[in-house]
Amino acid sequence: MSTTTERPRVAATAASAPATAGKVRPRGRKSPLATALSHGALITASLIALFPVLWILYVSLGPGKTDYLHPGDILDKMTLSNYTTVLNDTDFFTWFGNSLIVAGVTTVIGVMFAATTGYAVSRMRFPGHRPLMWSLLVTQMFPIAVLIVPMYTIMSTLGLLDTHLGLVLVYSTTTVPYCAWLLKGYFDTIPVEIDEAGRVDGLSPIGTFWRLILPLARPGLAVAAFYSFLTYWAEVPFASTFMLSSDNYTLSVGLQTFVSEHDSQWNLMAATAVMIAIPSALFFYLVQRHLVTGLTAGASKS
Amino acid sequence: MSVAVQGATGQGSRERDPRPGLMERLKRSYAKHWYAYAMIAPVVLVLGVLVIYPLVQGVWLTLTDANSLNSARTIGANEIPATYQFVGFDNYADILWGPGSYDRFWSHFVWTIAWTAICVALHYTLGLALALLLNQKLRGRTAYRLLLILPWAVPTFVTVFSWRLMLADGGALNSVLGFLHLPEPSWLSDPFAQKAAAILVNTWVGVPFMMISLLGGLQSIPAELYEAAEMDGASAWQRFRYVTLPGLRTVSSTVVLLGVIWTFNQFAVIFLLFGTGAPDAQLLVTWAYYLGFGQQPRDYAQSAAYGVILLSILIVFTTFYRRWLARNEQANG
Repeated sequence: MSTTTERPRVAATAASAPATAGKVRPRGRKSPLATALSHGALITASLIALFPVLWILYVSLGPGKTDYLHPGDILDKMTLSNYTTVLNDTDFFTWFGNSLIVAGVTTVIGVMFAATTGYAVSRMRFPGHRPLMWSLLVTQMFPIAVLIVPMYTIMSTLGLLDTHLGLVLVYSTTTVPYCAWLLKGYFDTIPVEIDEAGRVDGLSPIGTFWRLILPLARPGLAVAAFYSFLTYWAEVPFASTFMLSSDNYTLSVGLQTFVSEHDSQWNLMAATAVMIAIPSALFFYLVQRHLVTGLTAGASKS
Repeated sequence: MSVAVQGATGQGSRERDPRPGLMERLKRSYAKHWYAYAMIAPVVLVLGVLVIYPLVQGVWLTLTDANSLNSARTIGANEIPATYQFVGFDNYADILWGPGSYDRFWSHFVWTIAWTAICVALHYTLGLALALLLNQKLRGRTAYRLLLILPWAVPTFVTVFSWRLMLADGGALNSVLGFLHLPEPSWLSDPFAQKAAAILVNTWVGVPFMMISLLGGLQSIPAELYEAAEMDGASAWQRFRYVTLPGLRTVSSTVVLLGVIWTFNQFAVIFLLFGTGAPDAQLLVTWAYYLGFGQQPRDYAQSAAYGVILLSILIVFTTFYRRWLARNEQANG
């Protein structure tokens, strides 16, 4: 129970840190104790946050299937053989490419549509405005179970089963509403005077949106893009239901082929998992500066 | 300033002039709003075709006895037409009070509610605590922030998989517990430990989003408010209670709502952690998936009926939640 007991401690220190901070001290200055406690709590939390990621990296270096049970032994026989096996002897690159196509296209389409919708909802009052906002929220509530069967039927009727396009469309239904919601909040923080200035200079509403608002909303767009990419980069239930042939598998589906009832190649899975995490980590690094403002700009002001 | 953005929560008080004829109104509305409609068209189209239509079909399925043996399907070159029948509300009746409904539905229902409440509470408190820590002037703040959001940047698939290795019998977590002479539960097979493990993993997965959102909220609270409070002699707790919490209200209400919706429908964590091998830890969502896709013959009708029940629960919750928020808003001015 080590991890579970550590968590409340983090919460407890957090609650007490502001209490000890600056009772008589001038603003912005804290007692050394409070600072030390804050650092302690943050370091503990960071370790907890980081550990599983480092752990899988470590396990992926052990060559044997059951090495994760004896992590101590891995130190002596560290090797990259899992990585070479996955890269050379499996369809990794095919799956990787498929995932990249599906997640990439979903992201582009999703952000584009979400941006126009978010802008329309943020700036224009039109009949159907409220139902639209409401349905953007309600689509977040759809449990996949209620949609997956009918979607499966529709996909098979349209001949989109086992195609990338089908998966992109299915994914768009859940990312677009959330991103539109997110971006609406972001657009709300951009002063309306900018739109008006654009209008005065003779831009159409779409021109204003494209030339003035979009560039200003870049942090919000970055976060929305990150969110869509991340959600669908290694999505499981839809992908494993809709993708039927190994050529079209995405990473998450392909990965499952390593584990069957009689043969679980945990070492290969670990190596693959690490490689899956790399692109999303890169993407994350690119947008992390914008995350705070992008996620909450609107929610905190409206 | 930005437009009065009351979007979803607004009272919808558009000025009403005397109504002209229907055609006239449509024409006028089109002339005035066509930009808006052009911009929302793609979303409305996609939502209509891929959400509303399946939803209607899904609801229709719940009124039949459809399963994989009697639905339309293609075997080789043969098209076999659907033979399922309309059965009215039998599926719902069977789920809610049919024989064995406690084991099939209510036990999962109770667990799902408990799961949602516990997870969201943990997400929120831990997220807020970390956000408060990160919002101070502190050396290495950016580095901490980067490390703490990291769990969010790793695909759920990968993190859950890593946890599975750590939680396995003889895995990292139990080795540590054994070293400390603490009990070593079998996280992945003992029913109670399974639930604890699921909550643990989901908390780990969900805190970063909360933390970042709340940090954004904290940063938008004007510093003057804190100064004023301090001038008035407010203690740290009072500043937290009367400045921070009210300042976070809008962000909090949004993230808690989203958190509840996402946690309630959380699929990946349970599904990837246990597969279908943990009957007690299945949430309603994963259970519904199991009925529809994890067994033979696949029971489409019951699976969809679960879906409709889930959706109804969430809609009822959201409606009450927003009403409660609106009332609070009024009470607090």
